[in-house]
Amino acid sequence: MLQLEDLELRQGGFALRANLAVPAGTRTAIIGPSGAGKSTLLSAVAGFHDPDRGRVLWQGQDLTPLPPGQRPLSILFQDNNLFPHLTVAQNVGLGLRPDLRLSRQQRADVEAALDRVGLAGLGPRRPAALSGGQQSRVALARVLLRKRPLLLLDEPFAALGPALKAEMLGLVGSIANGSGLTVLMVTHDPADARRLCDLALLVEGGQAHPPQPTEALFADPPEALRRYLGT
Amino acid sequence: MAGRAEPLGPAVWAGTAVAAVLLALTLGSLGAVAWNAGATAGLGAADWAAIRFTVVQALVSALLSVMLALPVARALARRRFPGRGLLITLLGAPFLLPTLVAVLGLVAVFGRNGVVNGWLAAAGLHPVQIYGPQGVILAHVFFNMPLATRLILQGWLAIPAERFRLAASLGFGPRDLFRQIELPMLREVVPGAFLVILLICLTSFAVALTLGGGPRATTVELAIYQAFRFDFDLGRAARLALVQFVLCAVAAAVTLQVPVPGAFGGGLDRAVRRWDARRLGLLDAGVLALATAFLLVPLLMVVLAGLPRVWALPAPVWQAAWHSVQVALGSAVLTLGFALALGLAVLRMRGPLAQGLETTGMLSLAASPLVIGTGLFLIVYPVMDPARAALPVTALVNAAMALPFALRAILPALRQVDRDYGRLASSLGMAGWTRLRLVILPRLRRPLGFSGGLAAALSMGDLGVIVLFAETGNQTLPMQLQRLMGAYRMGEAMGAAVLLLGLSLLAFWAFDRWGRRAAA
Amino acid sequence: MRCPMLVAGLMLTGAPALAQAPALTVYTYDSFVSEWGPGPQVKTAFEEICDCTLNLVGAGDGAALLARVQLEGARSQADVVLGLDTNLTAAAAETGLFAPHGVSAEFDLPVEWDDPLFVPFDWGYFAFVHDRDLAEVPGSFEDLIASDLQIVIQDPRSSTPGLGLLMWVKAAYGDRAAEIWQGLAPRILTVTPGWSEAYGLFLNGEADMVLSYTTSPAYHTIAEDDDSKTAAIFAEGHYLQVEVAGKLAAAPQPELADQFLEFMTTDAFQSILPETNWMYPAVMPANGIDPRFDDLPRPETALLLPAEEAAELRAAALAEWLGALSR
Repeated sequence: MLQLEDLELRQGGFALRANLAVPAGTRTAIIGPSGAGKSTLLSAVAGFHDPDRGRVLWQGQDLTPLPPGQRPLSILFQDNNLFPHLTVAQNVGLGLRPDLRLSRQQRADVEAALDRVGLAGLGPRRPAALSGGQQSRVALARVLLRKRPLLLLDEPFAALGPALKAEMLGLVGSIANGSGLTVLMVTHDPADARRLCDLALLVEGGQAHPPQPTEALFADPPEALRRYLGT
Repeated sequence: MAGRAEPLGPAVWAGTAVAAVLLALTLGSLGAVAWNAGATAGLGAADWAAIRFTVVQALVSALLSVMLALPVARALARRRFPGRGLLITLLGAPFLLPTLVAVLGLVAVFGRNGVVNGWLAAAGLHPVQIYGPQGVILAHVFFNMPLATRLILQGWLAIPAERFRLAASLGFGPRDLFRQIELPMLREVVPGAFLVILLICLTSFAVALTLGGGPRATTVELAIYQAFRFDFDLGRAARLALVQFVLCAVAAAVTLQVPVPGAFGGGLDRAVRRWDARRLGLLDAGVLALATAFLLVPLLMVVLAGLPRVWALPAPVWQAAWHSVQVALGSAVLTLGFALALGLAVLRMRGPLAQGLETTGMLSLAASPLVIGTGLFLIVYPVMDPARAALPVTALVNAAMALPFALRAILPALRQVDRDYGRLASSLGMAGWTRLRLVILPRLRRPLGFSGGLAAALSMGDLGVIVLFAETGNQTLPMQLQRLMGAYRMGEAMGAAVLLLGLSLLAFWAFDRWGRRAAA
Repeated sequence: MRCPMLVAGLMLTGAPALAQAPALTVYTYDSFVSEWGPGPQVKTAFEEICDCTLNLVGAGDGAALLARVQLEGARSQADVVLGLDTNLTAAAAETGLFAPHGVSAEFDLPVEWDDPLFVPFDWGYFAFVHDRDLAEVPGSFEDLIASDLQIVIQDPRSSTPGLGLLMWVKAAYGDRAAEIWQGLAPRILTVTPGWSEAYGLFLNGEADMVLSYTTSPAYHTIAEDDDSKTAAIFAEGHYLQVEVAGKLAAAPQPELADQFLEFMTTDAFQSILPETNWMYPAVMPANGIDPRFDDLPRPETALLLPAEEAAELRAAALAEWLGALSR
């Protein structure tokens, strides 16, 4: 279970409060108007934004003092998810060892992960030689190898077309199922939330509300969500 | 970012150590000279005249360099033609030139017996006079206009292409374009370029010596030299060095108030597509032709005079060339190490401490190489034979001298890498050496190559500290060039000058190319 | 495999022992030690007779040489300083760093020599060198002032010829020196820090005349077979440069230093100088020197201010020079 305990995040003159729990093994969409603090919330979980108050706990362990790389999570950003000067295989290999000193077995694991996301044989290429969808698959192959229980998605597929995005969400879903991941995904598209997530968490008015079942939330949206959705 | 979660780490320690070395080199050496000084008279009228002349010529030189660079940078920014990249590289050459060689070239063009006066005489016109304060300024413009052009061109190319497209769609003419888009950019870039060049001209030495025309054109650095040589008055030398420091500190304090242009090692091989400049083609072509002639003909004259003699140069010259290459490589490596260590530390620290580190990196712009050399000599001498330290010490001092430029190129790039990939690297747990090796160094290849080349070229032509330390067996090429001239052998000296010119440019080209070959 | 390593090791440790044949350290100016100067031949010749190693250390030009000795003070490793001239000997003597030499020889100098601290090794006349085809060659400073020629001189604050010219004008004109400098000012194209820059400008055709030595044309005649350069002879007389060497009081090898100073006055040393340093030898070698030196113009009068007087006049003469040229 991921707990945000009396969390308070300040940025400029803006404050976001959260006191909620996300059950392990679920997939939760973070929705809300732009500027509400969705990405800030994710940043705090990932360790890029120090909370002004409160704690972040995973399975009872306090994550707050840990640097980002030691937290039990993987994260995909909106962009810059791959190092353009490293090959595809190296970018994936970083999920096993950040210094890239890979054993023969680990290199085989990298190949297997690339195979799993449908990029078999593309290991020696540079990211620039790949399409946008393929680049996302490389990042997901790395998530597979990292084997961290939490996966944070900060709108990594926003630039992809609808079909491609759907395909990526499908891939995330199957990876999450296969590895038993707990997924937190920032999105502004209700369809994305419906497609991937069983739970949804509304951020608005300086407050992150506890997650609710996605379908129930959209079926009977509270006033703030209704305004956002324009319904 | 997660500042409190990560330990300070070796980057900060290394950066602090580098800052300590730099402080020892600049202020420490000055202290050593002052400490060894006996009783001394105050600054005389001649010293004040030197201070006045230094400030005036530096202001005029910097102003002219920037003003002349403006049309050149604009022409380069809005024209696309074959060989443009090569031209930009070649136009940078004078800044990398050993002063000794450059003066020979300038005299061949603008001297009494030079090309220009030949034409003027043929046309029945009054000859131009290079010797005198105007000669000092001419030489400074020759050296620094390329730097100004590079800095300003960078500003031009940093204007997003979309803005020009928007201007075209709104039907802006060249004048509107200038007022709305280019002027604001220039207001940001020009003061910084002006001040960097002002600092360089404030500490100029060798140029003033030969072209100055006489004691009227005495700079502070020259007065320091004379205090050492003629009167052996260490106290006066130290006092003058302090004056120079204060002059530069004042200029630098102003620098911190205006933004100094960033990575001048960055991409210059892109010409912005413009829609307004079709009719100005002839003007741009004229400006570029003039600038090319001004900057390259002096070089050409040196090459023409010396090239036939290069192959017949005696063995000691080649041996000295080998020493120079070693010193230049050592200096380049040190410069890059210093710049990286300082840059990483600045990135990790916040507030006044970071600012202090950055300022320390720029300190050598204000220091007198002569005082550094003498101070180091006084420090080294009791401990070991100065001759054994000659080449390493030269490399070290040259590295400190090139550091301000390297830092200017590397620091902004470092910030950019941190902005773009810092979070990704942190989320993957890449820290310390791993992060340096896999993320920072590969992303910094371009500015690293540029800075390394600059440091190597500047060091190759340097004739500063080495003179005090070297003896038979470890001379550098500039020293050997001086010796050839001292033995009446002007022809061979010109050959050595061409060799020096070739090696300097080759060193820059090789490093820069290594940087540019970086994929992605 | 192990044996050669052992031998190599022995040789490595043995090397310093071999080098412990005593070493004499001589500080001199740069162009003396250069491959094209007297240095290499002097080293060979002296090592043949001394059973020692001669280390010639170049330390800039003549003026820098004294600064270097002063920087190092009594801790200096140098035994001998070679290359000061008479304008610097008073200042050098005043440092108290030099010891009497005890050398006596038949010096072939235009003046008497009785300096107890410094031994002369070569000499020459300062003079303005020009192309032989120069239309009107001035015969005096006043001729030069009246001409429209352009000359290049060296800065007296950084070069020995520059200081020599300062003394030349002072010795020839005394109280009128300031007036002469004011007259010369428009004739002076530029003032260079050292001899080589000035001579280089002259050879590039930048100036009609350059301050150098009457012996400079010998280089072009003998080494380049080029007879086009000569020196103008001035009626006022020509100032002498006498180059000297002295032993440091704290010399680590005082005996070798004495031996070297003695060696300096012998044919073996003296015959090297004319065609490497392009000056007259202080003691004429028994076999004479290249006869083409006899064809050089020779001044009627030699001027030389006594060392102490030169030192006393220096500051005032420099002020006159600065005053005239700063206008």
